[in-house]
Amino acid sequence: MTDTTDLDVREGVDRETVETVQNMGSYKYGWNTEIEMEYAPKGVNEDIVRLISEKNGEPEWMTDWRLEAYRRWVTMTEPKWAMLNYPEIDFQDQYYYARPKSMEEKPKSLDEVDPKLLATYEKLGIPLKEQMILAGVEGADAAPAEGRKVAVDAVFDSVSVGTTFKDELAKAGVIFCSISEAIREHPELVKKYLGSVVPQSDNFFATLNSAVFSDGSFVYVPPGVRCPMELSTYFRINAENTGQFERTLIIADKGSYVSYLEGCTAPKRDTNQLHAAVVEIVILEDAEVKYSTVQNWFPGDEDGKGGIYNFVTKRADCREDRAKVMWTQVETGSAITWKYPSCILRGNESQGEFYSIAIANNWQQADTGTKMVHLGKNTRSRIVSKGISAGQAQNTYRGLVSMHPRASDSRNYTQCDSLLIGDKCGAHTVPYIEVKNTSSRVEHEATTSKVDDDQLFYCRSRGMDEEEAVALVVNGFCRDVLQALPMEFAMEAQALVAISLEGSVG
Amino acid sequence: MLKIDNLHVKLEEEDKQILKGLSLEVPNGQVHAIMGPNGSGKSTLSYVLSGRDGYEVTEGSATLEGADLLDMDPEERAAAGLFLAFQYPVEIPGVGNMTFLRTAVNAQRKARGEEEMSSGEFLKVVRAKAKDLKIDADMLKRPVNVGFSGGEKKRNEILQMAMLEPRMCIMDETDSGLDVDAMRLVSDGVNALRNENRSFLVITHYQRLLNHIQPDVVHIMSNGRIVKSGGPELALQVEEEGYGDLLAEAG
Repeated sequence: MTDTTDLDVREGVDRETVETVQNMGSYKYGWNTEIEMEYAPKGVNEDIVRLISEKNGEPEWMTDWRLEAYRRWVTMTEPKWAMLNYPEIDFQDQYYYARPKSMEEKPKSLDEVDPKLLATYEKLGIPLKEQMILAGVEGADAAPAEGRKVAVDAVFDSVSVGTTFKDELAKAGVIFCSISEAIREHPELVKKYLGSVVPQSDNFFATLNSAVFSDGSFVYVPPGVRCPMELSTYFRINAENTGQFERTLIIADKGSYVSYLEGCTAPKRDTNQLHAAVVEIVILEDAEVKYSTVQNWFPGDEDGKGGIYNFVTKRADCREDRAKVMWTQVETGSAITWKYPSCILRGNESQGEFYSIAIANNWQQADTGTKMVHLGKNTRSRIVSKGISAGQAQNTYRGLVSMHPRASDSRNYTQCDSLLIGDKCGAHTVPYIEVKNTSSRVEHEATTSKVDDDQLFYCRSRGMDEEEAVALVVNGFCRDVLQALPMEFAMEAQALVAISLEGSVG
Repeated sequence: MLKIDNLHVKLEEEDKQILKGLSLEVPNGQVHAIMGPNGSGKSTLSYVLSGRDGYEVTEGSATLEGADLLDMDPEERAAAGLFLAFQYPVEIPGVGNMTFLRTAVNAQRKARGEEEMSSGEFLKVVRAKAKDLKIDADMLKRPVNVGFSGGEKKRNEILQMAMLEPRMCIMDETDSGLDVDAMRLVSDGVNALRNENRSFLVITHYQRLLNHIQPDVVHIMSNGRIVKSGGPELALQVEEEGYGDLLAEAG
């Protein structure tokens, strides 16, 4: 992540962004870590499910839970309703478990850590002390903290490799650890909430995830606690032909607050990799959760070869009165995106917000949006979606706003803007609106525009080159959403917007 | 400074010849005005000089201090010191005016191999220049030209000019749509920027702007060429008699 001391960051594109664009190759995170890996055999069956459960040291109830999901999954068919075109996925031609061999025993000092693992984090811009913690060096956590105070849980292929600032969080009563650890250490919380927002039977990909999820993050914020720092998870898919199935469970107890950031990258490969994650968020009375994603998986090359297939189910349940959730996502890198971070507004006066930037360049396809399900009275939701298409890409906004009979006096406002760069790409808007009471109000506004030649010429006549000009115009178009991101991500997101549109003009 | 020789330009889309052998020279430190009836090719000239797409140069040349302008991309022309104040400045939603200015200033500095301006330094300079042009701080924060009045848009062009410090400024009908007060503010801005190292080419329909910005030379343009050149009195003659006699006289 980049330094965010520059206060101009919220203004739009700036010097750093432009420099980043010019200094970068087309995909900065495309390198691959040569590291010795341990794989489970290819394919998925009951034995693989058991093996994953065993590797994670899980109790029997968890193994049973997974098996139940697996048995359901084999009866299900892959959904085809999205506006996505991809060759059939062979689910038996994937590895469902891969971890660096070095993770078996905790290293005692930095010397014992596989230097390649450290180099990976160094390249990702994570400071040394945090690198040590993430590499699992014993006692590294005791060293004084410097730099930014963002707790990180890093997931490398199938395993969580470490969590920073754990002790400091524990003092506030916040539990932040890998989900495999939570299953072992906090079974009562996991039992109570796992699958309670996204049930096992929810959809094909969520069910598969329930069976084979390998790791992910767990957060519990106790009643009345404002989490003292930003929490973040860093997902990296490294191994070839390996699916990543992480599971995130966040519980914000009554009157608590937490802001959670998620970042992801993957190496550049010419085969497609499968990513099917599930994120469940439970928000109790008067609690608030902010969940931000900057997704920067490898999007495939200019010819559409390679890239991540991203089929993700993310949902927040505002389970009690005045609960509040805010999703912010910047989606720039996936060959295929199928993802609808949604809000169930169950509690009265609960609120859901969704701010999204989805950029599709070259041959990328994105079908993304949100669901706002209003169940409680006086519930509020707001959707701001910005889709940018360039090259041959297709970008679809698909949203559901549903006002149930009991959700009286509720409101939704949706703003859905599409921007086209070039004449071979497409933008599509598919809003579903269901209103079953007479006192609620739903508004939907949509626009589609093209990057204007006049705007580009205006910028260029002032000295900016064409890519700088596009970055500036697009950053302006995305401004509402970029502003909703936490500072820690704003710079990175801005740079990403520019990078992912490289080569889209001219 | 600026030298245009026998310039022939075609509008690509319509295959239509707009400039038909235009020649013009603006020496260092001078202000030249180009006047002419609608459709004589005035705006085309400004776009061709600044490098807009859609025009094909079929003959002739244009150089800025000896460098071939027509061979450069628009951003290279800007870095070389050319500036066009637009007749209709473009709106860029969501992009703060200040961000735009800073990106432009630093892009040019970088292109010239100069050091970029720091945030602090930039802020100081832009505030001082905005104050001179009677532009309030609020306008600097608003998105580029979005919701600006006609006068504000033109003043913003002059602010850009002041920040970018070009050697050669082309003003494309900057007076159109301005009331008397706005026109005075704009011309005061231009006059403040006049010096022995900076030249201006002021394209205008009317004499009024030239009351405020005293030109050294006035050119009359018709049908893609300069048909007559003279001193400031030529503009007054247009004001009194219209173009009719002048053009007839020029043949």
